[in-house]
Amino acid sequence: MKMHQQGYNFAFLDENTKREIRRKVLKAVAIPGYQVPFASPELPIARGWGTGGIQITMSIIGPNDVLKVIDQGCDGGVNAVNIRNLLVKTTGVETTFDTKAATIVQTRHRIPEEKMREDQILVLQVPIPDPLRYVEPSEVKAREMHGEMDYSRMWIFLYENIVKWGEITIGARYPSLVNGRYLIDPSPIPRWDVPKLDNADTLYLFGAGREKRIYAVPPYTRVQPLEFDDFKFRVEDFNGHSCTRCGASHTYLNEITGAGNGQKIYACSDSSHCDKLRRARKEGTD
Amino acid sequence: MGYVAVSGGSEAILKAEELVAYFRLKGDSAPLEVGQIKEQQRLAVDKVMGEGALYAPTIAALSLKQAEGDNIEASFIVRAYRATRARRYVSLPADTGEMKIIRRISGAFQDIPGGQILGPTRDYTQRLVNFSLLDEERDSVRDFLMGLDVQMSAQQLPDTFPKVVELLRREGLLVEPSDAGGGLCDITRESISFPCRRSAKLQSLARGETGAMMALAYSSIRGYGDIHPYLGELRVGTVPLRINHPGANEPVYVGGILVTEAEIIARYDEGDKSGKPQLTLGYGLCFGHNELKAISMGILDRTLLSRSAHKAPAEDEEFVLYHIDGIESSGFVAHWKLPHYVTFQSTLDRLRRTRKLKEDEDAPAGL
Repeated sequence: MKMHQQGYNFAFLDENTKREIRRKVLKAVAIPGYQVPFASPELPIARGWGTGGIQITMSIIGPNDVLKVIDQGCDGGVNAVNIRNLLVKTTGVETTFDTKAATIVQTRHRIPEEKMREDQILVLQVPIPDPLRYVEPSEVKAREMHGEMDYSRMWIFLYENIVKWGEITIGARYPSLVNGRYLIDPSPIPRWDVPKLDNADTLYLFGAGREKRIYAVPPYTRVQPLEFDDFKFRVEDFNGHSCTRCGASHTYLNEITGAGNGQKIYACSDSSHCDKLRRARKEGTD
Repeated sequence: MGYVAVSGGSEAILKAEELVAYFRLKGDSAPLEVGQIKEQQRLAVDKVMGEGALYAPTIAALSLKQAEGDNIEASFIVRAYRATRARRYVSLPADTGEMKIIRRISGAFQDIPGGQILGPTRDYTQRLVNFSLLDEERDSVRDFLMGLDVQMSAQQLPDTFPKVVELLRREGLLVEPSDAGGGLCDITRESISFPCRRSAKLQSLARGETGAMMALAYSSIRGYGDIHPYLGELRVGTVPLRINHPGANEPVYVGGILVTEAEIIARYDEGDKSGKPQLTLGYGLCFGHNELKAISMGILDRTLLSRSAHKAPAEDEEFVLYHIDGIESSGFVAHWKLPHYVTFQSTLDRLRRTRKLKEDEDAPAGL
């Protein structure tokens, strides 16, 4: 373990705050999908930049954990680097880019392509915890609707989408029902990642720092994206495209307009998985 | 190659940080002293203390230096620092009747007991550029201070002044707050829920962002649910704070803080038909000398009491309290600078799909 920053408690937050967050996490696990309010103290990173996820990670991390931090699927993005720096500075834990090697993965906008295990925890950063925000801006009314499991306005919203556009137009953060009870916003992950939440081996923790809410999808819990019998949920379509770096055609791709010639290319959004595939391909051809 | 996402973040961040320091220092003027900011940028320091929710003039001044004068950034630094400090005591309720006044005015009463005291105010200055400040010298400053015929001696002012709104209270013209109870809620320890306890409401307002609060207060007096406010009293001064200490039998004085207090008298209470009509009161109090914020807070405190069925934005508790926090709103507004490649890709997928459906629909049948 490397020496960590002097003058601050291990993992920045004081022990009482960490204990409170762990209690709220336990409550969230006990009531899958229910948004548990928590105090959410300020961090030295801006509200809305991942402070909910960071607070959960700070509260559950120990000196022997191995941490992976990703943003948009990438370990090297500036936000991922910044968050990793803060966590390393205040804990001294070992970090990794390898999904398989991590005990805790903190992420924004993606669930790794590689299947995660029972002994791992995925912490998601959440900007807007309540999926009902699409149809009800008031927190008070939305809580009542969750309490009564009154999701009719959400269903109507989806139905009207289909009538108006011929499609459900929600791109990321697709509303999903957890354990047949609570509707969650699965954080702004693409629809591509939503099926990974269903009956997974891994514990998923969601932290919204600015909105002061924590919720969870425990392992082996049903997660169903809202869909109609005659209009099924669909993930993003990358048909006919593959990653220009590793050749994968079964991963979530970002389209990139190439420098200079303006030509469009595709690349995996999960960069460390892409690197793995690339290495494997190279070794195969050597 | 356009694939930028793989690496390079660490070095870019370090260089960006160096550039921040470079841009602050590249001129050849003398480095700004924190003491200068604390003394000569008094109102900026006070604003940062209020929005950062920590009474610490030196830390606030230092944060302003670090933030190159950006008020919200400096408040954010103070707020994050404050989150790591232990909270050992809660002070006893401060009595602003004990305030050592530097300024005290009323917009509602012409003649108030103790008199109107303008104190340091720019309200009646013409906003002309004062070019003589371009070459302000230590000597000229000293000459000014020596020649000052205004004596700032304590003897000139009485220790305390009666509260103006007491006049109304004594006559029974003022509604007493009905929701004063509910216990003390520490909004840094629990998230607020609605309807919100008065202590939580006042705390949220006290650390709200001046500009945001002013905009909402303005919306109310300009036409969205007017409460017809009058400024009963505005006072600026130092109030003593005391705590209960386990080692002492009596409350212990721990120091004085400069605050601005505004009492807003507003129109009759709606709804209550049982008693005689009475005026209502909104209350504003913030750290330091920040009159716009105290007045805005007083107006918003009053608008939030509205029981109207058709609430204007400034009368909606959830709307106001969730949106006035400068640290929270600035963080989220600024987060659009972060990459959104993944979600935008998902949006493009939906757009292309719905465009395709539209094209198919528009295509002539039978082709």
